Amino acid sequence: MTSNLHMYVMVLPLFGALLVSLFGRINRRAILPLTLVSLALSALASLGVMQSVLQHGSFSYTVGNWQPPFGIELVVDHLSAMMLVLISWVALLATFSSLKSVARDLEGREYQFFTLYLILIAGLHGLVLTGDAFNLYVLLEITSITTYGLIAMGRGRAPLSSFNYIIMGSLGACFYLLGVGYLYILTGTLNMADIARILPTVTGEVATATAFGFMLVGLLIKMAFFPLHGWLPHAYSDAPTGAGVLAAPLMTKVTVYLMIRVMFSIFTVDSPLIQDAGVQNLIVWVASFAIIIASVLALGQKDFRRMLTYIIVAEVGYMVGGAWLANAQGLTGTILHIVNDALMTLCLFLAAAAISYRIGGLGLERMTGLYRKMPITMAAFTLGAFSMIGVPPTCGFFSKWYLILGGIEAGQYSFVVALVFSSLVNAVLFFRIIEIAYFRLDGNGHDHAPVKVEEAPMMMLQPLVVVAILLLAVGFGTGPLIDHVIRFTLPGVF
Amino acid sequence: MDAFMTEVVAKYNYWIYVILMMIGFYAMIGKRNLVKKLLGLNIFQTAIILLFISAGVKRGGGIPIVDKHAALEHGVHAAQTVNPLPHVLMLTAIVVSVSVTGVALAVLLRIWREYGTLEEDEILEKLSQ
Amino acid sequence: MAYQTSIWPIAAVMISLLGAIPILLSGRQPNLREGWTLVIAVGKFLLIASMLPAVLAGGGFVFTLAEVLPGVPIQLRVDAMGMFFALVASFLWIFTSIYSIGYMRSLEEHGQTRYFASFAVAISATIGVAFSANLFTLYLFYEMLSLSTYPLVTHEQNAEARASGRKYLTYILGTSIGFALPAMLLTYSLAGTLDFTSGGILVGKADAATLTLLLILFVFGFAKAGIMPFHGWLPAAMVAPTPVSSFLHGVAVVKVGVFSILRVVFHIFGPDLLGEFHLGTALTVLASITIIVASLVALTQDNLKRRLAYSTIGQLSYMVLGAGMLTAAGMTGGMLHIAMHAFGKITLFLCAGAIYVASHKKYISQMDGLGRKMPVTYTAFLLGSLSIIGMPPLGGFISKWNLVIGAVDGGSLLLLLVLLVSSLLNAAYFLPIVYRGFFAASPEGAEAEGIKEAPLLCVIPLSVTALGSLALFFFPDTFLQLVRLTLFP
Repeated sequence: MTSNLHMYVMVLPLFGALLVSLFGRINRRAILPLTLVSLALSALASLGVMQSVLQHGSFSYTVGNWQPPFGIELVVDHLSAMMLVLISWVALLATFSSLKSVARDLEGREYQFFTLYLILIAGLHGLVLTGDAFNLYVLLEITSITTYGLIAMGRGRAPLSSFNYIIMGSLGACFYLLGVGYLYILTGTLNMADIARILPTVTGEVATATAFGFMLVGLLIKMAFFPLHGWLPHAYSDAPTGAGVLAAPLMTKVTVYLMIRVMFSIFTVDSPLIQDAGVQNLIVWVASFAIIIASVLALGQKDFRRMLTYIIVAEVGYMVGGAWLANAQGLTGTILHIVNDALMTLCLFLAAAAISYRIGGLGLERMTGLYRKMPITMAAFTLGAFSMIGVPPTCGFFSKWYLILGGIEAGQYSFVVALVFSSLVNAVLFFRIIEIAYFRLDGNGHDHAPVKVEEAPMMMLQPLVVVAILLLAVGFGTGPLIDHVIRFTLPGVF
Repeated sequence: MDAFMTEVVAKYNYWIYVILMMIGFYAMIGKRNLVKKLLGLNIFQTAIILLFISAGVKRGGGIPIVDKHAALEHGVHAAQTVNPLPHVLMLTAIVVSVSVTGVALAVLLRIWREYGTLEEDEILEKLSQ
Repeated sequence: MAYQTSIWPIAAVMISLLGAIPILLSGRQPNLREGWTLVIAVGKFLLIASMLPAVLAGGGFVFTLAEVLPGVPIQLRVDAMGMFFALVASFLWIFTSIYSIGYMRSLEEHGQTRYFASFAVAISATIGVAFSANLFTLYLFYEMLSLSTYPLVTHEQNAEARASGRKYLTYILGTSIGFALPAMLLTYSLAGTLDFTSGGILVGKADAATLTLLLILFVFGFAKAGIMPFHGWLPAAMVAPTPVSSFLHGVAVVKVGVFSILRVVFHIFGPDLLGEFHLGTALTVLASITIIVASLVALTQDNLKRRLAYSTIGQLSYMVLGAGMLTAAGMTGGMLHIAMHAFGKITLFLCAGAIYVASHKKYISQMDGLGRKMPVTYTAFLLGSLSIIGMPPLGGFISKWNLVIGAVDGGSLLLLLVLLVSSLLNAAYFLPIVYRGFFAASPEGAEAEGIKEAPLLCVIPLSVTALGSLALFFFPDTFLQLVRLTLFP
C-alpha cells in the first residue's frame, strides 16, 4: 500500500496556512476560500485514508524514504485513521463558525488567526500519524504554541490565561521529553515500534518506570487531568470564540489518544507497568475523583462556556479512567468516547458560539426565553445536552455504556459510581439551562404574540445542525463503528 | 559517605541536571512573578538538554565528523565518536524552547501593557475589581 | 412462539413520532393541527388493533431497527404483554386527544402547539416501551417518555410549574440514570443479553445478594411506578393541565413504570427465580407499605387532583403486589389491574378536569352540590370510583378478585388484610366526594354562578371511558387471554 493520501491530510492545512499568511494579509476576502478549500480537501483525503485502511489494513510510511528506525515513520492504522477523520471533519465544521465569529471579534487580524489555526490543525494530524517518540514531542509543541497564540488573541484576561497555559503546557511537554530521554538512554532508539521491541529485553526496571511516569504525567498535564487541570477552564473560556470551538473538542481528546499510544504502542499491554494492579487502581481512583470534583465545580459556574470547560475536565476523567480499567470494554469505551466527546463538545461550543454571536454573552441569566428567538440553535443544543447526559440513542450513551461495563468487569465500582454521578450532575446542569431557555417567561404572563426569530447566521447554524444530526447518526452507528474500526485497535490480549 | 561522593563526582553531570530541574520547577510553580516563571521554564528546559547531551557523551570520544577516506579504509569506530543524535534532537528542542519563550514574551508584553505589572497577585487583584 | 418480521410494530410506534412534525408545522392553524392529532390517534389504535388477532393466536411481530451494541439491538417485538398495554394506552389516547382539544380551547391555553407535539412524542414512547423486545430498547423509550413529558408538566411556565418540572425530572431521571441504568448494565454483564425471555435470563447467573440488589435497583429505578419513597414526583406533577394528568399520570407514565417492573419480574428474573430466592416477598412488602400509606395520605388531601394522585400511587402498588405474590391468580390480577385501573382513573381525572373547566374549582371542599349541576360528570365519577374500589359490576372487581384469590393461594393472610383495608380506604376517600356533590347543600351564591356541564368535547370522552369500565366487567376476555399468553406461554 503506497498511497500517500495521509500526507495530504496533514500537509494541506499547512499549505493553507502559508497561503493565508501570504494572501490573507493583502486581501481578507481570500481567507475564507483558502481556509475552507484546504480543510475540505484535507477532510476528503482523510476519508480516502479511512477507506484504504478499512480495505487493506494498516500501513506505515517513511518520510523522505529514510528507513526506520533512523528516519521518521508515520503509522496509519485503524485508530490513527479514525482520528484523522475525526480531526479533519471536526475542524472543517468548526471553521465555518470560526470564520464568522472571528470576522467580528478580531477584525483586521483574521489572517493571523487563521494562519495559527491551520497550523494547529496540521499539527494535530501530525500527532496522530507519527510513529516517532521525539517527533511526537515536537508536534505536541507545535500544537501548543499555536494554541497559546490563539488563546492570547482573546479579550479581557485572555493573555494571563494564555500565559498560565504556556507554563503548564510547557511543563507537561518537558516531562514528556524527559521520559523520552530516559527511553532513549535505555533503548537507543526513538521509533515507537522499535522501543516496544527492545524494551522487554532491557534491564533497569526503575529507569523504565521513571520514563513511563514522566511521559504519563506530562500527557496528563497536557490533557488537564484533575488535579492538573487548573489551566484549562480559563484558557478555553477566555479564548476567542473561534479558537474555543476548535481547541475544546480536539486538544484534550488528541492527548488522550497520545496516552493510549504511549501505553499500548510504546510500552505495550504486556508491560508490567500497565498490568500493575496498584497503578491501575491509583489512576482509576484519581479518575473517579476527578469526574466527581469537576462535575461539582461545573455546578458552581454561572457562565455557559465556563461550565462546559469543567465538563471537559470531567470527561477527561472518563477517558483516562476507562483506558486504565485495562480491559476490552473500558478501552473500547475510551476510544468511542474520544469520538463522541469530540462531537458533543463541538456541538455545545458551536451552540455557545451562535448564542454569544446573537446575544453578546453567555451568562445563564441572559438566556431567558431564548428558544423563541433561536429555535434551531436551541434544538441542537438540547440534543448535545442529551448526549452529554447520556440519553439514548444519542452517542454519549453508548460510550458511557462501555465505560460502565468495563468498570463492572474490572470491579472498579468507584468508577461506575463516578460515571453515574456525573451523568446526574450533567442532567442538572443542562436542564437548568433548558428550563431557563424554554420555560422561563421573559415578560409578565404568557405572551401569545410570536417573538421575532433571530437565528444565528447560516454559517454558524449549518455546522451546528450537521453536528447535532451526527450525534444521532454516530449513536445508531455505534455497532458498525466498533466492529469495523475500534475492534482492530484493541491490543490482542484483550 | 565516600562511596556517595564518588558516585556524585562520577556522574556529576546527571546531578547537575537534577538540581537545575528542581530550580526550574520551583520557579515555575512557586514564584508569583510571571517573568520568573518564564525563567524557571527556561532553566528546566536547559536541564533536559543537559540530560540528553550527557547521554551522548563518550569518554575520549571525538566529534562525529568522519573523514570519508579514513572511514572507507578502516570503518567507523563508534567508541571514538560521541553519539550525534542527542545533539541533533536538542537542536530541535532548543528551537522549540526559543519559540515558546518568544510567544511567552509577546504575551507578557500584552499583559504589561494592559495591567502595568507582571506580578500575578497584582493582576488578579486588578481583575477582581 | 413464532414471531414474524414485520414493519407494523415500528409503524405503530413511529406514526405519532412522525406525526409530531405536521403538528408542529401547522401550528398557526388550530383546526388543521387538531385534525392531525385525531387522525394520528385513531390511526395508531387501528394499527395496534390490527395486530391483535395474530397475537391472540399465539404469534407476534418483530422488527429490528439497528444493532447498536453486541447482542443488544434496538428491537421492537409485539407479544401478548406488550399488546395488552399498547391496546389500553392507544385506546384511551384517542379519548384523551378529544378531551385535550376541548379542554385547551375552552381555557384558551398558551403554547398549544408545543403541547400537542410533546403529547405525540409521549404516546410514541409509551407504545415503544410496550413493544420493546429487550431491556435496552425499553430503557431508550422510557427516557424518551421522561423527556417528552417534561414540557407537559412545566406547561404553565410559572414558578410552581417550573419547580414541579424540576422535581419530576429529579425523581424520574435521577432514578433511571442512578438505579435502572447500572442495574441494566449489571444484568448485561451477568447474563450477556438483555432480551425479554419468558422464564428470565438470570437463572443460575448470580447469587442471592446480587439478585436482591438488582431487584431493588430495578424497582426504584423505574420510579414512574411510584413505589415509596420515590413517589414524590406524582403529586407535584399534578400542576400540569388536567388532560396531561389524566393520560400521563393516570395511564401512560405511571403504567410504563409498572409495566417496566412487571417486564423485569416476568422476563428478566422470571417468577421461578424470584420464588427460589424468596424475592417476591421483597416486592410485596414494598408494595404493601406504599398501598397503605398512600391511601391514608389521600384521605387528607383537599385538592381533588392531589387526592387522585395519591390514589394512583396506591393503586400502582396493587399491580406490583400482584406480581410479587408469584401465584398465578396474583400475577393475573396485578397485570389486569393495569387495564382496569387505567379506565377507572382516566375517568376520574377527566371528571376533575371537566369540573375545573366548568367551575374553575380545584378543592373538594368547594364542590358541595356541584353534582346536581353536572350530573353526567358526577355519574361517571361514581362509576370510576366504584371500579377502583373494586365493586361489581365494574372492571376493577375482576382484577381485585384475582388479587384476593392470589393472596389466598399464597396463604398470606397479611396480604389479604392489606387488600381489605386499602379497599375500605379507597371507599373512604372517593365516596364522600360523590356524596357531597349530589347531596350536600350548595354554598351560598352558587346559583348565581351559572355552572353547567362542561363542553361536549369534555363530557363525551369521560362518559365513554366510564362506560368502558362497566364493559370491562362483562367482556374482559381479550385482556384475560393476553394475560394468560403472557404468564403461561
